[in-house]
Amino acid sequence: MLNIKMKVVENVAVANEVYRMNLVGNVPQLVPGSFVELSVPGFYLRRPFSVAATAEGRLMLIYKVVGKGTAAMKDFPVGMELDVIVGLGNGFDVARARRSALLIGGGLGVAPLYQLAVALKKRGVDSTLCAGFNSANDIFLKEEFADVCTEIRYATMDGSCGMKGLVTEQLLDIEYDTFYSCGPLPMLKAVQAATHTPGQLSLEARMGCGYGVCMGCTILTVSGPKRVCKEGPVFEKEELVW
Amino acid sequence: MVDTTVNLCGVKLQNPVIPASGTFGFGAEMSEFYDLDLLGSISIKGTTLEPRFGNPTPRIAECAEGMLNSVGLQNPGAEHVAKVEIPQLRQRFHQPVIGNICGFSIDGYRECCRLIAPQVDIVELNISCPNVHNGGMAFGTTADGAAAVVQAVRDVCDRPLLVKLSPNVTDIVAIAKACELAGADGITLINTLLGMRIDLRRRQPILAQKMGGFSGPAVFPVALRMVYQVSKACNIPVVGCGGVRTAEDVVEMMMAGATAVEVGSENLRNPFACKEIVENLPAVMNDLKISKLTDIIGIIE
Ligand SMILES: Cc1cc2nc3c(=O)[nH]c(=O)nc-3n(C[C@H](O)[C@H](O)[C@H](O)COP(=O)(O)OP(=O)(O)OC[C@H]3O[C@@H](n4cnc5c(N)ncnc54)[C@H](O)[C@@H]3O)c2cc1C
Ligand SMILES: Cc1cc2nc3c(=O)[nH]c(=O)nc-3n(C[C@H](O)[C@H](O)[C@H](O)COP(=O)(O)O)c2cc1C
Ligand code: FES
Repeated sequence: MLNIKMKVVENVAVANEVYRMNLVGNVPQLVPGSFVELSVPGFYLRRPFSVAATAEGRLMLIYKVVGKGTAAMKDFPVGMELDVIVGLGNGFDVARARRSALLIGGGLGVAPLYQLAVALKKRGVDSTLCAGFNSANDIFLKEEFADVCTEIRYATMDGSCGMKGLVTEQLLDIEYDTFYSCGPLPMLKAVQAATHTPGQLSLEARMGCGYGVCMGCTILTVSGPKRVCKEGPVFEKEELVW
Repeated sequence: MVDTTVNLCGVKLQNPVIPASGTFGFGAEMSEFYDLDLLGSISIKGTTLEPRFGNPTPRIAECAEGMLNSVGLQNPGAEHVAKVEIPQLRQRFHQPVIGNICGFSIDGYRECCRLIAPQVDIVELNISCPNVHNGGMAFGTTADGAAAVVQAVRDVCDRPLLVKLSPNVTDIVAIAKACELAGADGITLINTLLGMRIDLRRRQPILAQKMGGFSGPAVFPVALRMVYQVSKACNIPVVGCGGVRTAEDVVEMMMAGATAVEVGSENLRNPFACKEIVENLPAVMNDLKISKLTDIIGIIE
């Protein structure tokens, strides 16, 4: 956990109501699946966002405008300095993937899977991405994923890109030794049922602090209460009880 | 050189700045941000006799200049707190520790205090909890209810005893006086104000519990007013809490009558809140020509 100042170097629309924000600053190495908390001027609580990609001194966020805070974010000008807490949460365990990994994402949950896919590729692991969206114009990072995944399957609710329907309906014939998933709760439940190996799921929660002190984000797991911001946001498939 | 030391119920604090219960955990996470030893004291997460999961989520909602929480006293239980959490805190923090305790029956409070008191320097009794033997009405909402629990805990508590009051009452002074009479050594003011927010799109309350405790800068004037009223009416020290954000707020609370000051929600949005307050305090005192902080306690007539 580190509280740093970062500068906006890019903040552009990449899909319907979805923006990509690139920040530069003194960021340490961040594990895939970890998140950051951004202070948005004029709002009391920080906003949590997954890290979509990192490089030396650089951080990429993909965010959707869903409320007042994210609406304010889309107007952040290039050059603006932001107060960010980086390195929050546990992140995905990349090392467990041996030969092939399945990445299942829904909506904005696809964002952290990009940093994960990059890390898996570096380790020589083949990744298959199954990504679900409402419609073709919601899809982001299409070319970027194409560079790091061996196979990509899109599913859209309206059929405008890839298969029509839910992302979890197309997992059957894929071979993988572990899986990683992030997306809305109903999707994660379906993923838990549709996968045949152990794997990891990344959750969301309303957060007070994001660094483990307020107990605002707790979920009940098979091994008792766990904080999504601290022991999570990534949990083992077997840990979760819904 | 300015003098920031204060004496809280016979316990000397190097400065009056104390993270409030529930906004600092048991210190472990915050010690990753800064050296806790610069704080006056720490009030640890509210502890109940039995472990508690707390309320269903969502438990947090944002407001203008503040927030709601309905955490519901999630904690690992008094035994674990006494045996594991406090000893761990003591390893990284060498200043007085305040144990915040809570219960749902008089016996629950007493047993909890028996386990926690020996491990801490000051006990802070949170009497905002619902009494399961009295239709769930909070102990702290009547003078009689407050006095009953203070008396019962006083008997088993050999540490200075602060009583933390709920602001959700019509006559805070009457309740504070009842606590003083029942043996309290000091009063902490205030716990959260009951509030509510609605998600317009879902047409549902944001909190699963519907209502929750309102805190943050927005409540500062309410807290300050209660600190002023109670410190004038009682002869025991008052700890000011509610919406404190800056060193100036600390001075203001103390002018109103507080002997020490707790900082709550601000820790959740700025992990360095307490550190910054402690570090800015001398400059603010110099600017206001205060050489000894205790000189200004309750100077407002
Ligand atoms: C670990 C984690 C990672 C996330 N990663 C991303 C990401 O990569 N891209 C992205 O677009 N979104 C992500 N989110 C969701 C994002 O935090 C919310 O969309 C954002 O906080 C909404 O802010 P707002 O002010 O626009 O909405 P408002 O509804 O106006 O916000 C009000 C309050 O509710 C909170 N809130 C609202 N929706 C959510 C939500 N879904 N989850 C958590 N808190 C919420 C806000 O933080 C704020 O405190 C993530 C959430 C978590 C917990
Ligand atoms: C998330 C959260 C959890 C809290 N938990 C406790 C608690 O366990 N015991 C307690 O006495 N007060 C608890 N409080 C109340 C605070 O200690 C404090 O009295 C209140 O928030 C007002 O101060 P503030 O405006 O500085 O936050 C909690 C407050 C928050 C925001
Ligand atoms: S958000 Fe505060 S503990 Fe997780």
